[in-house]
Amino acid sequence: MSDLTKQPAGEEQATTEAPAAADTPQPAAVDPRLLVREQGFTGYLNDFKRRVRGGELGSLPVIIGLIVIAIVFQLKNSSFLSADSIANIGVYTSGLGIMAVGIVFVLLLGEIDLSVGSVAGVGAAVWAVLSVTNGVNDWLAVLIAIVAGIAIGTLHGFFFAKIGVPAFVVTLAGFLGWSGLQIWMMGNEGSINTPSGSVVESLTGYYFEDKAAGYGLALVAVLAYAGSLLLDSKRRKAAALPSRPLSEILLRTGVVALIAFVVAYVLNEPAGARGLPLALVLFLAVLVIADFVVRRTTYGRQIFAVGGNAEAARRAGINVHKIRISVFAISGMLAAFGGLFIASLSGGATKNLGSGNTLMNVIAAAVIGGTSLFGGRGKIWSALLGMLVIQSIQQGLNLLGMASEIQYMITGAVLLAAVVIDSVSRRTQKTAGRT
Amino acid sequence: MSATPVLALRGISKRFGAVQALTDVTLEIHPGEVVALVGDNGAGKSTLVKTISGVHPVDDGAIEWEGRTVGINKPHDAQELGVATVYQDLALCDNLDVVANLYLGSEIRTAGVLDEIAMEKRAKELLDTLSIRIPSVRIPVAALSGGQRQVVAIARALIGDPKVVILDEPTAALGVEQTAQVLDLVERLRERGLGVILISHNMADVQAVADRVAVLRLGRNNGVFDVEGTSHEEIIAAITGASDNAVTRRKARTNQVKKEAGA
Repeated sequence: MSDLTKQPAGEEQATTEAPAAADTPQPAAVDPRLLVREQGFTGYLNDFKRRVRGGELGSLPVIIGLIVIAIVFQLKNSSFLSADSIANIGVYTSGLGIMAVGIVFVLLLGEIDLSVGSVAGVGAAVWAVLSVTNGVNDWLAVLIAIVAGIAIGTLHGFFFAKIGVPAFVVTLAGFLGWSGLQIWMMGNEGSINTPSGSVVESLTGYYFEDKAAGYGLALVAVLAYAGSLLLDSKRRKAAALPSRPLSEILLRTGVVALIAFVVAYVLNEPAGARGLPLALVLFLAVLVIADFVVRRTTYGRQIFAVGGNAEAARRAGINVHKIRISVFAISGMLAAFGGLFIASLSGGATKNLGSGNTLMNVIAAAVIGGTSLFGGRGKIWSALLGMLVIQSIQQGLNLLGMASEIQYMITGAVLLAAVVIDSVSRRTQKTAGRT
Repeated sequence: MSATPVLALRGISKRFGAVQALTDVTLEIHPGEVVALVGDNGAGKSTLVKTISGVHPVDDGAIEWEGRTVGINKPHDAQELGVATVYQDLALCDNLDVVANLYLGSEIRTAGVLDEIAMEKRAKELLDTLSIRIPSVRIPVAALSGGQRQVVAIARALIGDPKVVILDEPTAALGVEQTAQVLDLVERLRERGLGVILISHNMADVQAVADRVAVLRLGRNNGVFDVEGTSHEEIIAAITGASDNAVTRRKARTNQVKKEAGA
């Protein structure tokens, strides 16, 4: 009997052994199931097509959306793509965009932060009360405002991670509680104007009038981008790994260069152009740093891991509590920082700064930009793309003289469309075998 | 097979309150050996594995690592010694790609920055030496089949260069071909000189790859068998605790003639 049972088992092994052994001499070729990208540019195109068919749309829908928005509004009103309008979009994008970066962090964890609007209000109030009312050093007041944001975020993270209260509830409580604190702090004045020449005033009020600033930044960005791609490609070749073909690097660099220099030109050259806005520089700096942290550091990898499978992350030795608390702290920090931008734009801190649709716009930006609501998938740059979509729509509708109620409805429809695209692409990914 | 076992359990006992989960259990694992750990539900297999992997410290008895007595009180101790455990639920992050999963918790860094290229290169080398075929090391684990996920989870256990690998039901829920692939991989672990503890309910798998079978019954040793020259029935008898039981009675009833011929 033992021979009887052993025999088939032995045979089965032999049959599975044989094809494996036959495969090994030429490992790179044969198996059609292997997703080996062909070298060269056609390989890149085929890979791109395969991804789109498989539902990995990435930033494609947003970029198409932005182009459509630009064309539609430009046809309706020729001043949409004017220097003034573009500069406006850039400046208005930055404050909310910085807050959206914080939301992207939280969404990567698969959580939500509903308190960012109130935290922005508290940040602005802290700065205004300290600096304007009580004469504290301007820089110190800015620093304290940001630290207050970090402290608030840490508190949210503590209740969520350690106590186990759902983040939705913690931050909803925060949303109410912190706006109460904001109104209480602003109590005597109701609104505090930003003094001219203060740090906060120049956040969105300062422009680099020297044309070299805009072009220089564009040049540095393009060189850094091309350099990092080339270096990466060279190292991958040295390690005998598949690398980007030179044609792809050139194409990517070309696109980035085109965008960078067109924006720099529009900000610098036409009549009425004021130069490169400081707000845009700060926003780009936040984006670059956050993107680096998320994609290239262990900490960022751990955020993705916790967002994907917290239990697996815990078993891999990751301190899940620490990651969760720190991510909420980052969200609070960026919310307070963004609040200072809003105060700067609206000319001062008020009782209701950050209320209304601020929160919704910020979350909508992150989602429209392509960061999944379900955790573990997304890019920092989606904060920029999504915010550009929202601000372009608002700017365009303003130019057309549309009332704000129409703006709300259109922004709502765009948000719904973005989430529909996210859900449909997830379903396509499922049918293509990728959840 | 070398004379000193890489891991030896001597007289291990473990209580949970009033429940005596393990009583005086002895087990030896040699390098380059696959030991199947079998037993009915509740026999103490999982508890035994958890004492080795440091989840539950033992109450009584000694654990010897390469001949010297060691204490394993937390999972970290086990990892330090070189014990890697692949749990049944795999614990992979679906949203991360294969490379990121392999190195999760032990990323390679140069100057504080993730060294993706070094990780990808080494991941490829590791998968090649194990003859693991997956579509690409840069696709999310969610896109892999059940068998591919299992081999990735096993490969992940090998990143820290362990000496003993514990596999908890690696072939449960796998199809025929995928099971064969995982069993191939278990044999490759043995060829690399690793000691493998394989928990399985599937006797065909056990007989296909294991060198020895250790049977637990009600928290006690109930025999260690060499797979060569031990019949299916003997192992089943040891698992269920008697040669006279529902399984053998049924066999005897339905297959009497054949059984006599085989014996």
